[in-house]
Amino acid sequence: MAERSFAKEVKDLCIGEGETFYGEGILAVTKALLQSGVSYVGGYQGAPVSHLMDVLSDAQEILADLNVHFEASASEASAAAMLAASVNYPLRGAVTWKSTVGTNVASDALSQLASSGVMGGALVIVGEDYGEGSSIMQERSHAFAMKSQMWLLDPRPDLPSIVKFVETGFQLSEASNTPVMLELRIRACHVYGSFEAKDNVGPQFTLADAMENPTRDYGRIVLPPSNFVHEVEKIENRWPAAINFIKEHKLNEYLGGHTGDVGIIVQGGLYNTLIRALELLGLSDVFGETDIPIYCLNVTYPLVDDEVKGFCLDKKAVLVIEEGQPDYLEQAINAILRNGDIQTKVFGKSVFPRAGEYTADVMRSGVRKFLEAHDARRVKSAPESTPALPAAVMKEVAETVPQRPAGFCTGCPERPVFSAMKQVQDDVGDYHVSCDIGCHLFSILPPFDIGNTTMGYGLGWAGASAFNAKAGQRTVSIMGDGGFWHNGLTSGVGNAVFNNNDNVLVIVDNGYSAATGGQDILSSRANNKTKNTNNPIAKAVRGMGVTWLRQVHTYNIAETKRVLKDALTTKEKGPKVIIAEGECMLNKERREKPIRNKAIADGKRVVRPRFGVDPDTCTGDHACIRISGCPSLTLRNNPDPLKDDPVAWVNNDCVGCGVCGENAHSGILCPSFFRADLIYNPSWLDKTMAAIRSSVIGFMQRAADKRRAKRSFGTQP
Amino acid sequence: MSEGRAIKIAITAMGGQGGGVLSSWIVKLGERAGYIAQSTSVPGVAQRTGATVYYVEFFPKAAAEKAGKQPVLALMPAAGDVDIVIAAEFMEAGRALLREFVSERTTLIASSHRDYAISEKISLGDGRRETSRLREIAKDTAGRFIEADMAASATDAGAVISSVLFGALAGSGALPISRDVFEETIKAGGRAVDANMSGFASGYDIASTTPKPARKTATWSAGDRAAPAVQPLLDRMHAEIPVEVHDIVREGLKRCVDFQDIQYGHEYLDALKDIVALDKAHGDGRSFQLTKLTAKHLALWMTYDDAVRVADLKTRASRFARFREDVKAEDGQVVTVSEYMHPRVEEVCDLLPPSLARGIINGKYRRKLLGALLGEGKRVPTTKLRGFLLLSGVAGLRFLRRGSYRFALEKERAAQWLALIKQYAPHDYDFTWEVAAMQRLIKGYGDTHARGLANYGRITARLEEIFAQPNPAQTLAALRDAALKDEKGAALDAMLSSLSPSLQAAE
Repeated sequence: MAERSFAKEVKDLCIGEGETFYGEGILAVTKALLQSGVSYVGGYQGAPVSHLMDVLSDAQEILADLNVHFEASASEASAAAMLAASVNYPLRGAVTWKSTVGTNVASDALSQLASSGVMGGALVIVGEDYGEGSSIMQERSHAFAMKSQMWLLDPRPDLPSIVKFVETGFQLSEASNTPVMLELRIRACHVYGSFEAKDNVGPQFTLADAMENPTRDYGRIVLPPSNFVHEVEKIENRWPAAINFIKEHKLNEYLGGHTGDVGIIVQGGLYNTLIRALELLGLSDVFGETDIPIYCLNVTYPLVDDEVKGFCLDKKAVLVIEEGQPDYLEQAINAILRNGDIQTKVFGKSVFPRAGEYTADVMRSGVRKFLEAHDARRVKSAPESTPALPAAVMKEVAETVPQRPAGFCTGCPERPVFSAMKQVQDDVGDYHVSCDIGCHLFSILPPFDIGNTTMGYGLGWAGASAFNAKAGQRTVSIMGDGGFWHNGLTSGVGNAVFNNNDNVLVIVDNGYSAATGGQDILSSRANNKTKNTNNPIAKAVRGMGVTWLRQVHTYNIAETKRVLKDALTTKEKGPKVIIAEGECMLNKERREKPIRNKAIADGKRVVRPRFGVDPDTCTGDHACIRISGCPSLTLRNNPDPLKDDPVAWVNNDCVGCGVCGENAHSGILCPSFFRADLIYNPSWLDKTMAAIRSSVIGFMQRAADKRRAKRSFGTQP
Repeated sequence: MSEGRAIKIAITAMGGQGGGVLSSWIVKLGERAGYIAQSTSVPGVAQRTGATVYYVEFFPKAAAEKAGKQPVLALMPAAGDVDIVIAAEFMEAGRALLREFVSERTTLIASSHRDYAISEKISLGDGRRETSRLREIAKDTAGRFIEADMAASATDAGAVISSVLFGALAGSGALPISRDVFEETIKAGGRAVDANMSGFASGYDIASTTPKPARKTATWSAGDRAAPAVQPLLDRMHAEIPVEVHDIVREGLKRCVDFQDIQYGHEYLDALKDIVALDKAHGDGRSFQLTKLTAKHLALWMTYDDAVRVADLKTRASRFARFREDVKAEDGQVVTVSEYMHPRVEEVCDLLPPSLARGIINGKYRRKLLGALLGEGKRVPTTKLRGFLLLSGVAGLRFLRRGSYRFALEKERAAQWLALIKQYAPHDYDFTWEVAAMQRLIKGYGDTHARGLANYGRITARLEEIFAQPNPAQTLAALRDAALKDEKGAALDAMLSSLSPSLQAAE
């Protein structure tokens, strides 16, 4: 079960003609897929498209009614390969993932697919994880479209436009026998808005139709001589077909004014930000009415040469607004104009930053710079954007406001793994740590500061494979269960077994693909109605040929430390794998909290543990925080008037995982930690024992208080 | 807000604070009140404790219909172009300032509570950022600044902080939407309606009424006088100690008497006498700053943390009341508590006579044997009779202290420290003040205590040299800060080795 339930949103997927759909961009895409007669959908979860996978997963009954197959693919490569169904048959298929990382993984299959060409519409929805909120390397999916020759849609970021381009994307794909990529930036994926819905339609030609009537065509297979033919086909047939379709259906838009010496060419996805910048410069109203001609590229690849030339012909200068680098569009537009002998000057990265997200402020200053140079009268009376704070004050603010790096959630079962790893370093010395992708990557950040490199999802162990050398210290690699099943089983474990690796792998098994929103995977313990779960990682690791295998429970820090130390120091040669198990606390709490609350309400006896720190024995050194970083383990003022340093404090978000207590034990920190068990609906035994205890303890405490009162300083000043 | 523009609202929050709930309430509110509403966010990794921004724009539906066109709404706020900023934590209000969301047209609604960032929490001392200046800047920059501890209001109401912030938004009047539309929005959400309505109401009151004056921190009750037994100590204090220092000395006395006995309080005053004399002679116009600081740290040194003190504090009635409050136990609820304790050889030796203790600490086999007897970490069930009696028994060993190994050791250490203060006071008052402050490095138990003591030793061993530096007081303060930078002492090493070598040679 994923982190967020879309049970409510799923109902919205069923609405039809005449109704209005309200929701997030990525849910609008889902609805648009169902309106487009799609046969199959697949993908791999990851921000910003996780919700698309989650909502489809929750909507399986509706999908079944419509005859749509949904697959939670094992990886982006699996998802991309799934599109092979559209090569021979008139089946519409869509897949989705986080880009560019997912596109990297998928690119082998995408290249094959783009070479073969498609009969049915094939749509790849890429969530472009670029700019604020991104967690990956800053690259552009644009390059993949160019190298494999797939068409790239970058629609304006409002729901009607996004929905339209899902439907149009299939048509374009079919008209040009080419897979189409639909690029949505993070904010567009999460934008809430509305559009007028249409009825859902099931596919006219179904998967069963294809399976029962298979057809094959050697010309579609990437082998000589077809592969050479494909390349020519791309240039001579598919490209012109796409250009015709784009022109005919006016996929790119001419917005704004029609006259003047200057114009703006903008990626569709940046249009709204551009309009806001123009509005702030006094050059547009809120409806986007502006005198400045705008050529809005809802299709950013391929460019339509005639349209570009036509737009630029009567202008002295155009501004190309293109986010990220390299500046593919600017280069292409320059080439188009140069080849057409058109002398319009092209500006882009010369007035805009070469790298980074084009925020409203970047946009405002870039557009202003361009207009000041080429159409100064327009911006003569534009309001200056004066900073709200003087530079010196801003500096003070910057120095005061702390960074907030991502960290493990309260009660996260992965935290104790890194507490143990950090403590083991004190015993055996520092070791090289190769990290993977997943929540466990937060170990690189404070307070753990554990980790050297991260080479990609599932590639933790492969990332340390060079260190298969004689040395006085072993390396430790990390892999999550998500990465393990994504590819780590072969690229990491298989690779290590085959090459007689002598190092250590820690697999963090929290039961879900947790970082992407808690989706089920092969080894999830949950029973999933539509998926096959409960396939233990240990079985797969043994099957690969690993003999040194240990399983530990993550919350047992002492045991984890022992096993880790053993793995690092044992004389036994060969790969060593430790599986550290502990269920993702977000998922666990979501499952157990309602059950617990109901049990309490029903009058059943429930014991709820939670932890605390005594402020009068706390030393204010915060060693406990340095090996934990739990959000609920925080600070409060020292109640002792003689002490300056704040004391540790467990706030009320504590879920009672017990890691802080375990740490206090295994790290021999201090005696301030205590565990409190809150008993709801106590039994008669609880009540009797409590009464006896409190009468004896209370008596002794009152006596002690009385003794102390004799030495009391009172409260009078 | 003019007809032709969108209303822009930014929410700055931390992942997991429920900013998404608030932003979806605001969207529904807008739709209910006749606006076209758009919102965006950038969840991603920020969901896991990072800082994040939710952004909402409203545009009147009627105006769009009149124009026959759809507004083009933005997906991110522009600098100086936000009408309302809601910060779910105080530093996130700072972040809004940093990102220039706040200008004179902005209503800034901020919760004053702090949720400390990891960089603030991992400090070996006090790493918390100062907020008072930020507060001034926020007040000066925002058109309107509404601030209150909305996390506390939420806890009081048993609701999420979003409901209080939503209430504050309603109460601020920054949106031309009436209270009942806000309330309908919460009710229509259908989740935890009663709690959220109560949170909403408290937020509404915060923003719509003048902030209540801060509660007085201390109230003195007339009848709570000092016990006759300690009166002589107080009399001595009044006679020997300047009035400026009374507050601290009183706390110090309280602590010493609580730690051992009334005689111990007299010893405390005896030691302070010399410092007062020094201050009178060399501290002209500094209102006994040195005495104040020494009084504070001397008390801490004399009341070191040992097993007796821990056991005593753990078994008190006041502590039992406090943990119930800390874990938010309901009235009358049965709560059991167990302590995480890991007594080591050192803690036992603390209480033994010096010769015996040294014999164990230095004797390999004896040490091992005692270590094996003590075993691994234990969970002591303080609320059960077994655990309570055990800890009460340990607390009762106070009588062993005066003759113990640790007592003698700490007495000697404190005496050396006082000697340093006396040595430098006639030469450089500010430097001496920093010498007194060095005690701050020594705290805690086990490794923490050993590390602090070692750092203290490394610095004081080179005190002569430090005193010969161009700015001795600042240098010493910087060394103390460096010692609190990291556990391994890297910052302190670097600083110690950078002390001017020519001066070292000159020594």
